[in-house]
Amino acid sequence: MSEIKIRHLTKRFEAEGHTLTALDDVNLTIGSGSIYGIIGMSGAGKSTLVRSINYLEKPTEGSVFIDDTDLAELSPKELRKKRANIGMIFQGFNLLEQKNVIDNVTLPLKIAGTSKKEAREKARALLRTVGLEDKERAYPSRLSGGQKQRVAIARALATDPQILLCDEATSALDPQTSKSILDLLKEINTRLGITIVVITHQMSVVTEICDRVAIVENGRIVEEGSVDEIFTSPKTDAARELISGKKDSFSPVDRFDTGNVVRIVFSENSAFEPVIANTILKFNTPINILKADTRNVNGQAKGEMLLGLPEDEDLRIAIMEYIKERGLSVTEVKDHA
Amino acid sequence: MLEQKAIIMLLEGIRDTLYMTLVSTLIGYVIGLPMGIVLNLTRPDGLKPNRIIYRILDFICNIIRSVPFLILLILLIPFTRAVVGQSYGSSATIVPLVICAAPYIARVVEASLNEVDAGVIEAAKAMGASNIQIIFRVLLVEAKTSLMAGATITTGILLGYSAMSGTVGGGGLGDIAVRYGYYRWQTDIMIVTVVLLIVIFQIIQNLGSKITAFFDHRKK
Ligand SMILES: Nc1ncnc2c1ncn2[C@@H]1O[C@H](COP(=O)(O)OP(=O)(O)O)[C@@H](O)[C@H]1O
Ligand SMILES: [Mg+2]
Repeated sequence: MSEIKIRHLTKRFEAEGHTLTALDDVNLTIGSGSIYGIIGMSGAGKSTLVRSINYLEKPTEGSVFIDDTDLAELSPKELRKKRANIGMIFQGFNLLEQKNVIDNVTLPLKIAGTSKKEAREKARALLRTVGLEDKERAYPSRLSGGQKQRVAIARALATDPQILLCDEATSALDPQTSKSILDLLKEINTRLGITIVVITHQMSVVTEICDRVAIVENGRIVEEGSVDEIFTSPKTDAARELISGKKDSFSPVDRFDTGNVVRIVFSENSAFEPVIANTILKFNTPINILKADTRNVNGQAKGEMLLGLPEDEDLRIAIMEYIKERGLSVTEVKDHA
Repeated sequence: MLEQKAIIMLLEGIRDTLYMTLVSTLIGYVIGLPMGIVLNLTRPDGLKPNRIIYRILDFICNIIRSVPFLILLILLIPFTRAVVGQSYGSSATIVPLVICAAPYIARVVEASLNEVDAGVIEAAKAMGASNIQIIFRVLLVEAKTSLMAGATITTGILLGYSAMSGTVGGGGLGDIAVRYGYYRWQTDIMIVTVVLLIVIFQIIQNLGSKITAFFDHRKK
């Protein structure tokens, strides 16, 4: 239940004589109680950005505010206290391998100076929340990836944080396990009202649980908005690329290297009318369906199609207009190879 | 067979050897463990990078470790005499053993701590842990078995060095081996001391490995 404001955040790394700008004038407001996605390709600067939120990475320029507290103004001790209020989970889980499950979960409490008895009670309650009450004495090496991430979530929640940062928390997990972890995060958000920041390179993670999303490319936010908005009508190439995903390079789309491909998106309510069939009938021309997919975006079914339209430009424009009039979103797909 | 006098001498040798080895390992760790921790903390990507402190400790470690033990032993005679009051016997041998062991231990400890997964340290920082808390609650805990394995190797090496100090009257089994085997040609006694040294070494190694494995929760 905390608001995060990032203002003009720039982070430069000095490495072997040259400077690398990992973040370039980033501005973001992450609403209290929301699940906020930050998506981008590998190396875009996502981890650097999320590590700036708890000041594990100090900005070169700009500021981070948590509920109007500028983190730059905190003393080292105050900063540590603030961090206890911000949970964090990671792709690699980062559990202590030499400590059993309950000792991992009580660690943040011991660091905060909580009594042993109280810490254990708290940890047990959290292990029930994440469904691992029977694994208290197990060591991490005995747990599956999903179970390890559950322990990490319990550990991150031990100090009753207002914010939970997730850096590629599901990237190392298979799709099913990943889904169950995302469901757990959503449940935690609903039940405790914690603000959750989700870093990922997978659009499916964003559409699954996020309310809003920012797209990071080369250290800059290139697009920001509600997940619905960005999924339906992405404005930047980066967004389009993330939505269609890398898998496209294996699809037959590769062979149609024309500028005639469009992406249409329709939601549940517009799915009644057989738009494609009607278009074919109306214009009396073949339309090639290159790819079709449905996705769950924030609990709403969204259909997505890639269509190969005729060469004739006038006809193409007319078809696009027609589809738009039917309430579907249409974007031209350029160099989708 | 050996006479009773020889047996008593050998038993005393075992006692002195164990005394020198264990006490010098212990004192070596009292000095070397903090040194290793500081090396780990002050290295460029450590918790508290500090070029100057790192360079100084690094230099001390390298210098001492580059002097062969036998030469260090002789070089340190005046210092040993000042500390213990004499320069021969097992108590006196502990002085050069410790001085030789401490930088070695510091290096072994540093290496063990460097191995600790950076992600776990990051997680601890994110929890709001101070550096002291990270050292005691994360670094030393996660490096525990690696530190134990290091201690086992160190003890074995100090056993060998304590025997080597026998050449200059250091006491213990090494001393007996040199006095009887080398100066008096009593090969039987020398062979027995060598066998005893091998047996002690094996016991230390096996015990160390067993204890280390017992405390390792990574792949059980
Ligand atoms: N400590 C560091 N020192 C130097 N360069 C870094 C450091 N951390 C990250 N970088 C660089 O910053 C860029 C962004 O990295 P990162 O935030 O990890 O990206 P992402 O999480 O999106 O994959 C990369 O080019 C990376 O090499
Ligand atoms: Mg990353």
